[in-house]
Amino acid sequence: MNAAVAEVQANNGPLVQIRGLSKVYTRGKQKLEVLHHIDLDIARGDFFALMGPSGSGKTTLLNLIGGLDSPAQGSLTVGGKRIDTMGEGDLARWRAANVGFVFQFYNLMPGLTAQKNVELPLLLTRLSSAKRRQNAAIALQLVGLSDRASHKPSELSGGQQQRVAIARAIVSDPSLLVCDEPTGDLDRQSAEDVLGLLQRLNREHGKTIVMVTHDPKAAEYASHTLHLDKGTLVEHATVA
Amino acid sequence: MKYFHLVWSALMRRKTRTLFTMFSVLAAFLLFGMLDSVRTSFADAGHSVSGAHQLITMSKLGLGNQLPLSLQSRLEAVPGLTAVARVSWFGGIYQDPKNFFPNEAVSANYFAVQDAVVLPPDQLKAFQSTRDGAVVGATLAKRFGWKVGQQIPLEATIWPQKDGSNTWTFKLVGIFHARDASEKSIEGVMFFRWKYFDEARQFAQGSVGWYQTRVANPEHADQVATAIDALSKNSDHETKTVTANAFTASFISQLANIGLIVGAIMAAVFFTLILLTGNTMAQAVRERIPELAVLKTIGFSNRSVLLLVLAEAVLLVVIGGVAGMLLAAGVVGGLKAALGSQLPMAPVGGSIWGEALILMILIGVVVGVLPALRGMRLKIVDALAGR
Repeated sequence: MNAAVAEVQANNGPLVQIRGLSKVYTRGKQKLEVLHHIDLDIARGDFFALMGPSGSGKTTLLNLIGGLDSPAQGSLTVGGKRIDTMGEGDLARWRAANVGFVFQFYNLMPGLTAQKNVELPLLLTRLSSAKRRQNAAIALQLVGLSDRASHKPSELSGGQQQRVAIARAIVSDPSLLVCDEPTGDLDRQSAEDVLGLLQRLNREHGKTIVMVTHDPKAAEYASHTLHLDKGTLVEHATVA
Repeated sequence: MKYFHLVWSALMRRKTRTLFTMFSVLAAFLLFGMLDSVRTSFADAGHSVSGAHQLITMSKLGLGNQLPLSLQSRLEAVPGLTAVARVSWFGGIYQDPKNFFPNEAVSANYFAVQDAVVLPPDQLKAFQSTRDGAVVGATLAKRFGWKVGQQIPLEATIWPQKDGSNTWTFKLVGIFHARDASEKSIEGVMFFRWKYFDEARQFAQGSVGWYQTRVANPEHADQVATAIDALSKNSDHETKTVTANAFTASFISQLANIGLIVGAIMAAVFFTLILLTGNTMAQAVRERIPELAVLKTIGFSNRSVLLLVLAEAVLLVVIGGVAGMLLAAGVVGGLKAALGSQLPMAPVGGSIWGEALILMILIGVVVGVLPALRGMRLKIVDALAGR
């Protein structure tokens, strides 16, 4: 971890603070508790991997951290703001300003070019059209896809599509990136490119990253790894 | 406008489906533009005679009722009229009912009022001096191969002769042309002498179908029409004076309630259109649930998603609708040029466009609202998980 990020961590405390967090899904008359009283701090500038078997609750936890879902119990503070008490509208605005999302299957708009896909989050800002274009171009440059700006997703490889998705996630300069199996649909080489890129964003740009993965090799890129099993925190390992 | 590319790309996601849907919207609005032009023409008919240089005075009770011949001299005394002609609908058939064409008995001075035709002076003179003389338009003459000097037998459907015969024979003394291409339809009409018709018919002698008059100053047409109708006020033959277009509209209205027919057709067309376009929109949104979930994930509000889907539906209908209305404007223009006042159609102008645009937006909202609500209400986590 570089010195600048460590300094930010030391000065400002954890970016994500989770206390007594539970999540319950109701199916008919059945209630299923998928997360049990989780307590967790994620420092600013950290690269955090969430691992665990299917159904362990890691995607649920990621969704809660990203403000996509609400907990049944407990508190969830991100960047000093309690997001567990926010309404849908406030959460949408908060996500737009503070979180970038990367999905397993990229989830790009098929009808838009890479450039327009990256510009999407900026439509929610007051930036001019020229400034949006400029910022999107910078984000694409950062992920090494400047020459693919006018290509549509169908004209890009899986690895390239995921890099466009990463550019879209960082274009509005969020402090937190949440990545759900970002390499799950990629070959080994593309996966390493994407993980290297995420690591660079973490180390050189100070982005806090929370990544769900099944792949131990992917988790090696993270600075911390959290194991979940049946909705409970099992192990909290630190990678050197 | 900054969201337009987003709406457009969603619309063009399945190009073929979108194009076919647009074609169906186009067809519906083409029909709407044409039918509403007819309806508007009928609705406006008789509202004003201002600016008309020709007026038609008919029975207030409708064209089935005759007017007295004695009205002519009183009409001739109305200030502002330069000529008064008598006309009666004959409705004769040439050889076979499928050979239908308009044929009317007119007074000898008819062509002093009707200026839409050009008749050579010698033929006009022959018409005025030949008791059983008839003139026909060039189109009609060409249709049946008639030549000047030929005898033309017509079979009466309303007016038998005094001897009980239904066969009337006329001597063709002239062939006229339309003065203007927009009045070309008049070349399909036959005129013959009213005096001969009145003397020979079995009943209703001394009655006139309608009077066609020429106004000295079109700017005073309103006052002249009022003065004409005042002549018969409170009599047993009250009149209604209208323009030629309004008269044609009134003539067709005898056959059917045009407004009701147009309304019924359009209701059926738009109902079908709503089902079809609604289905397309529902399918389009169903396929894009994960994409809408991504929009919400990156911060688009529920309201933004709702408006994006609604905008997509409205855009789909507006593009097809505007294309249909442009086509309708062209078709109506063409039909007006070809048929003139024979088929009353108002130009596809501001009011029809206004109605059409309101309809397009309404239909767009109606077909878009359910898919838009579905998009708005989707739960991000479920949608991303494919649930």
